[in-house]
Amino acid sequence: MSPDLLREIATETGRHVVLVAISIGIATAIGVPLGIFLTRRPAWSRPVLGLVGVIQTIPSLALFGFLIPVPAIGGIGTRTALVALTFYGLLPVVRNTVTGIAGVDPAIREAGRGMGMTDRQLLVRVELPLAASVILAGVRVATVVGIGVATIAAAIGAGGLGVFIFRGVAMVDNRMILAGALPAALLAVGADLTIGAVERALRPPR
Amino acid sequence: MSGEPFVEFAGAGFRVAGGQAILRGLSLAVAEGETIAMIGRSGSGKTTALKLVNALLVPTDGEVRVGGRATTAWDPIRLRRRTGYVIQEVGLFPHLSIGRNVGLVPELEGWPAEKIRARVDELLELVGLPAADFAGRYPHQLSGGQRQRVGVARALAADPPLVLLDAPFGALDPITRTELQREFRGLQARLRKTAIFVTHDMREAARVADRIALMGGGQLIALGTSAELAAHTDPEVRAFLEAGAA
Repeated sequence: MSPDLLREIATETGRHVVLVAISIGIATAIGVPLGIFLTRRPAWSRPVLGLVGVIQTIPSLALFGFLIPVPAIGGIGTRTALVALTFYGLLPVVRNTVTGIAGVDPAIREAGRGMGMTDRQLLVRVELPLAASVILAGVRVATVVGIGVATIAAAIGAGGLGVFIFRGVAMVDNRMILAGALPAALLAVGADLTIGAVERALRPPR
Repeated sequence: MSGEPFVEFAGAGFRVAGGQAILRGLSLAVAEGETIAMIGRSGSGKTTALKLVNALLVPTDGEVRVGGRATTAWDPIRLRRRTGYVIQEVGLFPHLSIGRNVGLVPELEGWPAEKIRARVDELLELVGLPAADFAGRYPHQLSGGQRQRVGVARALAADPPLVLLDAPFGALDPITRTELQREFRGLQARLRKTAIFVTHDMREAARVADRIALMGGGQLIALGTSAELAAHTDPEVRAFLEAGAA
C-alpha cells in the first residue's frame, strides 16, 4: 500500500468518525427527551415509535437519495449525510429510553412518589439513573449501525470510508474495497466494546 | 387514645374510572399518636384507603383530612414529605447507598449535608443497623429484614408526624417478622407517631396496633381493640380471628 493511500485512509477514517459522532450525538439529544416524553404520554408511544421505525426500514441508499432534493437539509455533501444518519440513530435511542424507563420497578417508583418526589425529581434521581444502561445500549446499537451506514455517505459526496468501497467496486479491486471495509469494521467493533464497557459500569446493582 | 383526630376519613370512597367502587363510605378517625391497623383480605380496599391519606389517590367521594385539612387542599408534595411511607416491596433505590436512601427526604428538603449525616446515623442506629457498617452499603447487599429496617428508617428520616405502612413485614420470614413487629412496637412507644398499618395478619395487627379496623368489600366492617374484636360475632370478623389463631 502506498503512503498516499495510507494517508488518505487516515483522513477518511477521521471524517467517518466525525460523521457518526455528530449524528449519534444529535440522535441522542433528540431521542432521549423524545423517549422520556413518550413515557409521560403513553398514547403517543405507538404512533411515534412506529414512525421512527418506518424511517429505519427505508434502504439507506434510498434515504440518502430522497434527501438530496429536500431544501435546507438536503443537497450533496456532509449535511445530508448527517441528517440521514441521525434518522437512523433515532429508533434504537428512543425505543431503549422508553423501555429503560418503563422497566424501572413500579415499587421503586411508588416509593419515590410516596416520599414526595416531584415528577422531575423522580425522573432525574431515579428513573434516568436506573435506565441509563438500557439507554446507552440503544446508543451503542445506533453507533454500530451508524458506522456501517455511514459508508454509504460517500455516494452523496460526504466522504468517509465508503470512498474506498465505492472506488473498489468501480475498479473491481477487492483490496481497495477492504481499505474501506476493514477500518469501518474495526471502528464498529471498537465502538461496540467501548460503549459496552461503559454500559456495564452504569448497570444498577441488584 | 386522646387528642384531636390526626387523620380522618369522612365518608371517603374511591371508584376506578370504569365505575367500580374499591372503597365505599369509609369513616374513621385516627387520633394523634395512635397506631391503627387496617386489616382485610386482598381487595378489601385497605391499601386504597392508605393511598388516599398521602394523596397517591384522590377520593372520588367524601374526603380524607390530615391535620384537619382535606388531602385535596394540601400540596401533595408537601403532604408526602411530612408523611412516612413504607411498602411491602420496600422500594429502596438500588443505585443509592443505604445512607443516601435514608437521607433522601431530608436531601429533597434541602437540609445541610452535616445535619443529614447526623440524622442518617441516628436513624440507622435506631433500627439496629450501625451506620459505620451499613451507611455505605447498597440495598442488594442486605437481607430482606435489614432492607425493611432501612425502609422504616427512611420513612422516619424527616421526622414526619404520620407514618403509613403497607404490609411492611408481609414478605419476611415469620421469625424476622416477629422481631420487626416487636421493634416497631418499641419504636412507637418512644416516638408516638400517628401510624396506619395495613396488614392481612390478625396477630400482627394485635401486636402492633392500638385499634384494629377490619375492612371487607371496600367497607369498614368492624373497629376496636383486639379484645373488642375478639368478642365480635360478625362472620367475617370471626373468620379473621380464626385464621389468625390457626
